[in-house]
Amino acid sequence: MSRLIRMDQTGHTVLAHWSPDDLAGTEAARAALEAELDRGYLAVASEPDGTATAVRELPLDAELVVLRRPIAGG
Amino acid sequence: MAQPVGVMEATLGQLPELENVRWRTRVDEPALRRADRLWTLSTVAHEVPFVATAIALPLLAPVLLVVSVFALVFAWAIPELYAARGAGVLRPVRRRGVDLNADAEVRALGLLGDLVGHEARERVARTGLVVECGRFGVWLVGPAGALLVRPGGRRVQCYCVRVVDADLPIADRVAHLLLALREDEAGFATVANLTFSGACWRLRARLSPPAREGLAVAVAAARGR
Repeated sequence: MSRLIRMDQTGHTVLAHWSPDDLAGTEAARAALEAELDRGYLAVASEPDGTATAVRELPLDAELVVLRRPIAGG
Repeated sequence: MAQPVGVMEATLGQLPELENVRWRTRVDEPALRRADRLWTLSTVAHEVPFVATAIALPLLAPVLLVVSVFALVFAWAIPELYAARGAGVLRPVRRRGVDLNADAEVRALGLLGDLVGHEARERVARTGLVVECGRFGVWLVGPAGALLVRPGGRRVQCYCVRVVDADLPIADRVAHLLLALREDEAGFATVANLTFSGACWRLRARLSPPAREGLAVAVAAARGR
């Protein structure tokens, strides 16, 4: 089961779960991702091998998609 | 014994935050070497006048030995001040005006632990820092910046970079920087501000004990590269 997580003041919030054969879950995850991207979050598909890729659409095969805030030089 | 560190692979995508620093040239290996050389030259340029003064004055008049001692103190202090500035990127973050929420910190630390894997989780819980291998060297990522230990483990660069949200738990801030670093290492180094480049030994003395432990792991990993 894949997860869409937003990093926020509570530590993190799980916004949606989905699996490729779960249409309702996938649609809910897509909608949640779009809403958070519109709010200024950036989405990153994080893989267990330590790779991470910026995404703008829900990658169905990703295990974990994390929503993060932008970074800037201090 | 050094614990295994996370391994990062290059990704094709570029960091979206690069849009905010369009005037900067994207960092690559030659640019990092150039920065190292410039820092060394700058340090030498600072040191030479003081050391020359310290040598010349007593030769002119022995009574000026006191001035020469002051010149040597300045020669010692200037690189130390730069190193202290570099060490500041791993200084513990203070959250002003925000109530510390222990549950949020624990949840954030759990997510960070998931990102780094089982073996590095213990060190993350102990130090709050993540060691991550990249193309440019070995990174030590904290909540408000990162160190890059260059291959060979003798030289380090300090980068000041943070997430634009002061209310996040500290472990979440580290996770933000770690994910950005994994997305695009060159982009991460471009967005971040370089605050120090120099010898690891000079920086080590200025770090807190947890950061010193993290640096030791990063240096050990960088020596094998």
